[in-house]
Amino acid sequence: MSILVNKKSKVVVQGITGSEGSFHTTQMIGYGTNIVAGVTPGKGGQTVLESKVPVYNSVEDAIKETDANVSIIFVPPPFAADAIIEASEAGIELVVCITEGVPVHDMVKAKRIIDQNKTKLVGPNCPGIITVDECKLGIMPGFICKKGNIGVLSKSGTLTYEAIGQLVNVGLGQTTAIGIGGDPIIGTTMIDALKLFEEDPETDGVVLIGEIGGQMENDAARWTKENMSKPVVGFIAGQTAPPGRRMGHAGAIVSGGDDTAEAKMRIMTECGISVCESVADIGEKMKLALQN
Amino acid sequence: MKIHEFQGKDIFKSYGIPIQDGYVIDHIDDALPTIKKVQKEFKTEAVVVKAQIHAGGRGKGGGVKYSPTTEVALKNTQEMLGMNLITPQTGENGQKVRKVYITQALDIKKEFYCAITLDRSLAKDVFMVSSEGGVEIEKVAEETPEKIIKVWIDPLVGMKPFHAMKLANGLGLTGEANKTALKVFIKMYNCYMGTDASIVEINPLILTETDEIVALDAKFNFDGNAMFRQKEIAELRDTNEEDPTELEASKYDLNYIKLDGNVGCMVNGAGLAMATMDIIKLAGGEPANFLDVGGAASAETVKNGFKIILSDDHVKAILINIFGGIVRCDRVANGVIKAVEELGLKVPVVVRLEGTNAEEAKNILSESGLDIIPANDMKDAAQKVVNAAINS
Repeated sequence: MSILVNKKSKVVVQGITGSEGSFHTTQMIGYGTNIVAGVTPGKGGQTVLESKVPVYNSVEDAIKETDANVSIIFVPPPFAADAIIEASEAGIELVVCITEGVPVHDMVKAKRIIDQNKTKLVGPNCPGIITVDECKLGIMPGFICKKGNIGVLSKSGTLTYEAIGQLVNVGLGQTTAIGIGGDPIIGTTMIDALKLFEEDPETDGVVLIGEIGGQMENDAARWTKENMSKPVVGFIAGQTAPPGRRMGHAGAIVSGGDDTAEAKMRIMTECGISVCESVADIGEKMKLALQN
Repeated sequence: MKIHEFQGKDIFKSYGIPIQDGYVIDHIDDALPTIKKVQKEFKTEAVVVKAQIHAGGRGKGGGVKYSPTTEVALKNTQEMLGMNLITPQTGENGQKVRKVYITQALDIKKEFYCAITLDRSLAKDVFMVSSEGGVEIEKVAEETPEKIIKVWIDPLVGMKPFHAMKLANGLGLTGEANKTALKVFIKMYNCYMGTDASIVEINPLILTETDEIVALDAKFNFDGNAMFRQKEIAELRDTNEEDPTELEASKYDLNYIKLDGNVGCMVNGAGLAMATMDIIKLAGGEPANFLDVGGAASAETVKNGFKIILSDDHVKAILINIFGGIVRCDRVANGVIKAVEELGLKVPVVVRLEGTNAEEAKNILSESGLDIIPANDMKDAAQKVVNAAINS
């Protein structure tokens, strides 16, 4: 078991013929990910990557021919939200959008569509998901992971790697690591991912890494208190980040207070999460949390 | 991306939103003719002199002055142009006033607050109005949230008349003023959507003595990611309002923010960069900057990052913290060597490399003969760089 993806996932790569798409597809195949198809409009009929992967004009065509059920998106920002909507409408169950720089107004619309179709989305602007030794659906370095019993959940890409590195150093492996992205509108939230880790029998503990801004960490902390039976270790980046120059009041009215690192760490602690003051303590804290 | 009030009002005008109109000047020689032009064109003796900077709360800092006569208007303009304006939103260093906007003065019957922005938690845009206009609106939101009327708009449906009605009725507007407000709100939403704004705020929107609805201010923030399709908006960018080093960094695709400490840092990824600043502080130091070299750091990016960090005289030591994923550590190591060869090693440099090709990278650095301090993990790196900063 694991969450979201495993070796049975049949993956279609949207934007497979671009430089990012083809580079990372090669890497994913090297890790053992079951890539069954690629999509680039206008380039259907080709095969790419040493003739291993057939390319289709649309996600719908790719599903028809290959039964793909998961998609990963590398298309450029102006077209990324459309790619999400296309995958969702075609019936893909899980979409991972790696693309950075998707306009927010586009994502607000895409989010309504995926919610209506009950499509799961991870990202955009994220490193993706990796289920150790089974399926890498993203751009993270697979070799740093070790199979084990910890779930990793993070807004930030390189902090996910840092957490994985520390876990391995204290002898802990991972089930699945998921980078949900830090954009204003994202698909899978921290609560969504925590729920999946709670339900996964192979996961015994979760590392939760957040940042300043927004309320997602606080919502996740409150949810944890009510619902999580497994230990959660938390870290919030940005304790020293200066408050930005603001323009007007609208942002403050909508988000309310409690979006600083200090406030989030306090709320997480109050909700029973074992919070690391220093990023260097993530591995040790998890080890300790499992013993209790 | 932010713009000035006068630019925001031009955008409002193009969407048919009534504004308090005027002309902008950036040289004192233009003051008197412009004041006279405003008086004549808008049939008013009194004018308002308004400092144009990219921050709110200008009135509190003396950046908005009602001027009943030509003489007072001229005096206010002279004082304002070139002044360093400090407001609750500029930070303590303030912002230099390079442009002054001279506008008509209107008789105000009522002031309202209104704004559209994204509600992240609901993934919908929210339109908010309040009869408690003015700068204390955040206090209103906290203490008497019922005085802020909100409607959430489904982006697939758009803003409908019933949404606008709820807002106008909530403000207690009746008769013609109510009808006008409905139109203004819909136009505001169209403007928000049409310009890829992340915030459109009018504070205050006023009801005049003659029952007209007029925007006295215009605050915009735009989604930088959408500027590829908003060419006209992108051209409104005023780089004078941005920090020069941050501007230079953005040319190299580096995300840099200058801070007040003496430990420079260069990191890949925003989250890890923030965590690095945090751990420097925990080790007893003060970070000199935030610098994210991004997911594709090459030897060239590393060199440019080095240059930017060294341009800050306060920096006494530098920490390079890279967790290589797609970024290959050996390339980063070569970049460090190249940068040091070209720019010289003026301060101690601590390097922590982990992930893809980290071992090769460590060998490259140790064989280079450069006086670089290697570190094993983040805690080790932070302690070493803080000690180096104290001793250098």
